[in-house]
Amino acid sequence: MSKQVTSPEGSLTILDNVNLEVYSGESIAVVGVSGAGKTTLLAMLAGLDEPSAGQVWLNNTEITALDEDGRAVARAEHVGFVFQSFHLIPSLTALENVMLPLELIGSENADGEALAVMTKVGLLARKGHYPRHLSGGEKQRVAIARAFVTKPAVLFADEPTGNLDSKTGGLIIDLLFDLNKESGTTLVLVTHDISLAERCDRTIHIEFGRIVDPAAA
Amino acid sequence: MLSLRLALKTLARDWKSGELLVLLFAILVAVAALAAVSFFTDRISQAVNLQASEALAADLSLQSTGPLQQDYSQAAQAAGLDIARVVSMASVVFAGEGSTLANVRALGNGYPLRGSLKIADGLLQAARITEAIPAPGEAWASTRLLARLGADVGASIEVGRASLKITQVLTYRPDRGMQFIDVAPSLLINEADLESTELIQPGSRVRYLMLFAGDRDQVKRFKVDLQEMLGDGERLRDIKDVGPQISSAMDRAQRFLNLSALVSVFLAAVAVAMAARRYVSRRLDTVALMKCLGAKQGLILRVSVIQLLLMSVIAGSLGVLLGYLAQAGLSFIVRDLIGNELPAPGWKPVFLGLATSVSVLTGFALPGFLQLGRTPPIRVLRHDMGPPPLRYSVSYGAAMASMLLVLWWVVGDAGLLIRIAFGSIIAMMILLGAGWLLVRMLGGIRGAAGVAWRYGLANISRRGRESAIQVVAFGLSLMVLLLLTVVRNDLMDLWRNSLPDNAANRFLINIQPDEVSGVDDFLVGRGLDRLEFVPIVRARMTAINQVPLRDREFAGGVARQRANRDANLSWASTLRSDNQIVTGNWWGDVVPETPEISVEQRYAENLQLEIGDILCFDVAGETLSAPITSFRTVEWDSFKPNFFIVFSPGVLEPYPATYISSFYAREGQNADILDLIRRYPSITVIDIDAIMSQVRGVMDKAALAVQSVFLFTLFAGLMVLLAAIQATRDQRLYEAAILRTLGAKRKQVLLGVATEFSVIGLLAGGLAASGASAAGWFLAESQFQLEYHFDPVLWLTGLISGMAIVGLTGIVATRSVLNHPPVSTLRQM
Repeated sequence: MSKQVTSPEGSLTILDNVNLEVYSGESIAVVGVSGAGKTTLLAMLAGLDEPSAGQVWLNNTEITALDEDGRAVARAEHVGFVFQSFHLIPSLTALENVMLPLELIGSENADGEALAVMTKVGLLARKGHYPRHLSGGEKQRVAIARAFVTKPAVLFADEPTGNLDSKTGGLIIDLLFDLNKESGTTLVLVTHDISLAERCDRTIHIEFGRIVDPAAA
Repeated sequence: MLSLRLALKTLARDWKSGELLVLLFAILVAVAALAAVSFFTDRISQAVNLQASEALAADLSLQSTGPLQQDYSQAAQAAGLDIARVVSMASVVFAGEGSTLANVRALGNGYPLRGSLKIADGLLQAARITEAIPAPGEAWASTRLLARLGADVGASIEVGRASLKITQVLTYRPDRGMQFIDVAPSLLINEADLESTELIQPGSRVRYLMLFAGDRDQVKRFKVDLQEMLGDGERLRDIKDVGPQISSAMDRAQRFLNLSALVSVFLAAVAVAMAARRYVSRRLDTVALMKCLGAKQGLILRVSVIQLLLMSVIAGSLGVLLGYLAQAGLSFIVRDLIGNELPAPGWKPVFLGLATSVSVLTGFALPGFLQLGRTPPIRVLRHDMGPPPLRYSVSYGAAMASMLLVLWWVVGDAGLLIRIAFGSIIAMMILLGAGWLLVRMLGGIRGAAGVAWRYGLANISRRGRESAIQVVAFGLSLMVLLLLTVVRNDLMDLWRNSLPDNAANRFLINIQPDEVSGVDDFLVGRGLDRLEFVPIVRARMTAINQVPLRDREFAGGVARQRANRDANLSWASTLRSDNQIVTGNWWGDVVPETPEISVEQRYAENLQLEIGDILCFDVAGETLSAPITSFRTVEWDSFKPNFFIVFSPGVLEPYPATYISSFYAREGQNADILDLIRRYPSITVIDIDAIMSQVRGVMDKAALAVQSVFLFTLFAGLMVLLAAIQATRDQRLYEAAILRTLGAKRKQVLLGVATEFSVIGLLAGGLAASGASAAGWFLAESQFQLEYHFDPVLWLTGLISGMAIVGLTGIVATRSVLNHPPVSTLRQM
């Protein structure tokens, strides 16, 4: 899979012939310096963007063959996200943020399922709060609850501790890995924190848009 | 339903956080302004109509040469209308030694239904308004009648076989008419005395009138029903038929009012578009996240449409309510100036307000909202990614369509609408071009001054497209503000000047050819300039293109009535200065070999006449026919003798003619005029001062309405400025935080902001002045037939007010940005 973009300076290759296989239940870390192409790779894998060439298969579906709505359905059914900057919807309460992915796939018990996950992340008492009334750590716990609530096959996490202090970050990572283990979700974690990467089953190094150690892929 | 819940949740939340405030407030102000304008102009327009109704003494007048069927009054009563009867006839009346022909009017109770009679206790005494009519046995005689009879109040007057006592001098009756034939001096009597006069005999020329007045819609409906029931010889007149002068003045008043309403619509749309742009850009992250979580495009679209619909209904309803309250306050303020209680407004403004809300939001906000659905989900990771820019054809097409829809409702005149739309597009293109030019120019000069100046100018040129849009928006608001102030005043002045103070206020008619020089000498002897005497020949149109009138198809009853009416023909070799040929050619100085006719344009339109049509007249028993070779427009409100039908010279001369003239009588010349009537008893003098003051009254009311409406438009214009500033608030917060973090003083940032907005204001002011000048010229020349001159005040006002309003508003509106602690801003980025 490759990704090129055009810029005023000409064509720019962000991902260059990347070939990667992630197995069910596996956790892999994608590491590399800023601008190496980690986040672009994650976007391709999650169907948030389209590669210039190549294919992406997610849970036996070739998402590169789907249109935008098709990919949205695939994401709703199979994918969970945790972002560096939390990305909670400010107009919805913590509970409503967690309920949203369930509602998008038409779940009839969104309320109950969301409450159960909120309990797991220890935020039941804050369920009625809006994001702006939550601390950074609390926001990320809500985001984790939202990511796991649909029991996704794959969880994509982009620098999940990037906006948190080290103590809170550690707690969040513990929570993420605990839930991941409990639900048997495949985890793709983008980070430049080597210690965090070491907690994953496998680490992929990216440099200038290429996987440095193809054997690991 | 998820989409409804999400729409409601987002709206409620955005409302609480203030995100929605600008957009909703923009629509609210827009609808409120338009609704207030519409409510108020509706009421003013009704007041103007009521005043025009005075000329009929009613809203509808049914006339017949025979007694009217009783059905009409029953039908009118059933329709909830007021009714009054008048029987009018020409008869010679006697008082002492004097005798003269009078227009004897026997009045029933309730007369007049519109307007009031004015009477005085004696000749040349102060007049007063009365609600009464002459009691049985009494008569009220007009000044002219008393002058001719050499009588005064207290005298006995013989009307047919009845002897009545003159108890009052009649100085004004609202329906004395503007038709030249309707000028025999009036004598009012009570209808109870009619029988005893024995004036109604077989063969006598009597006009029976039934007057109707009431609620506008009821009158409208009743008119339609009544037209179905009319018998032979029965004619229905409403205010549109009363006379070209009033209808010309009303047209102009209506145009001024429409102009002010249109300006509000324009400003409303600009404010909404800018606020919607910001709102959409603020929602991109949320939409990207929802799509990332699996929301389909359809859901995003449904949420957007529901949100817009909810906003339309909420802001539309509140706007209408606010508009109603605002106009109520406005009407209260002007109650003394209007003189009478303003009629209650109709329902049209309510629907107009709601329709405007939906239409403006659909045209100006919906395309952007729909574009939200195309936000790429990758935006959650890469914040610089957004939906593809909207195609110009879509965004401008939708905006144009919605504007045209609202404008069509407000204007209701396709020609004016197209011209306004065209003018707006050209103005927009010029403004946009100039906006771009400014951005390019600034790049070169920004290094030449201090840091604040450079920061301010850099802001304009770096924001490229946004700067150009702001200049366009500011320019447009300023342009309409200038249009409503300086240009409006210019137009008003031009308009008023077209009716100079010494415009003719007396018409002399029925002057026999052998009296012309005598009358001229008499008036010159009393200090007047030599008069122009215009010949007039009475005739009746019999056929058009050899088709007798009775066999010809007419567009409506009014047209048929016009054609059948006695025609006043005249001839001239040169075209009068208050006439203008619009189609065909005037014969010029060379007398054509065969007769030709020039017809007034509206008269021609009414009768569906074409150039080349041959009109056939019965003139004193002889048949005379000639082709139409030109159509003319006539400035009826010049109050000079003018004619619908003018012949080329050498045709009408052999026929018996009388002459007509007009002049300006100064105050205190009434005695001279009485002398003139005594010396030439057959001449009729028409006092058009009263008609003039009626027309002026209409003008003043229209001017007042437009001035009041200007307040709303000013407010709407300021909303546009605020919406534009609000649209760049996030960028400003960020830049101010960076600058202050780097050590810039608050004052330096403030100076930068002042520079930025003052320069934008200056350019917008210049553009506005040129646009307003062009619009003023266009309106004056093509819409109001007035000559417009370049006005330097307009340019000075444009530049200075542009700089001041935009600069000050910019500083005030961005002050909160400067007060925001840089650290909290940077943390949120």
